[in-house]
Amino acid sequence: MNEKIGLALIVIGVLFDISGCIGLVRLPDVYSRIQASTTCVVLGTTLILVGSLVILGSLPATIKGVICILFMLITSSVAAHALSRAAHRSGVPLWDKSVVDRYAEDGEGDAGPEGADKEAQS
Amino acid sequence: MMTTEFLVPALIFGLLLCCAMCLYRITQGPTAADRMVAIDILGTVVVGVVAIIMVVTGKAYLLDVALVWALVRFVGSLALAKYLVGKRLNE
Repeated sequence: MNEKIGLALIVIGVLFDISGCIGLVRLPDVYSRIQASTTCVVLGTTLILVGSLVILGSLPATIKGVICILFMLITSSVAAHALSRAAHRSGVPLWDKSVVDRYAEDGEGDAGPEGADKEAQS
Repeated sequence: MMTTEFLVPALIFGLLLCCAMCLYRITQGPTAADRMVAIDILGTVVVGVVAIIMVVTGKAYLLDVALVWALVRFVGSLALAKYLVGKRLNE
């Protein structure tokens, strides 16, 4: 019974991973790709880890796996935030149909994003 | 039992498909930030691959491999992001 529950969780996790990677390939913009792929792939990998821990079912492995899951949930969002901030500061332009850019309005970006912001607003 | 025999190679093939899409974005990314995001996502997918290999082989020490891989991936992503700030690596 544990094996069936674990396999179901792993299948759901792999589907989330595939949808996140399709978003990574198909979306038009760096920021859209970060948003889609990071959330979906982190949730999918968390579900895969939970399913494998349910299948194994030993206490030390469960403790280590819970530590690994918490660490991944924290660090992936931190890494995605740092990458998106670095991309904006290095002048990667937004998509043509983007409607708002709060980070450039705060005036913390470099000259490149401000030019892209003017293009987006005109 | 037959479903399990069929299911595990299908799961590994799905994760390899994810790795292939990440590699496509690494090679074809229009900007350097795209490549860095794809490297980050590839590192997260590899943790899932290690977890499935742990289920198939039944060896619990592979969980340590996944944990250390997640640590190294986090430090590498932060280093890439710190390197990207202020540089014009586009085109």
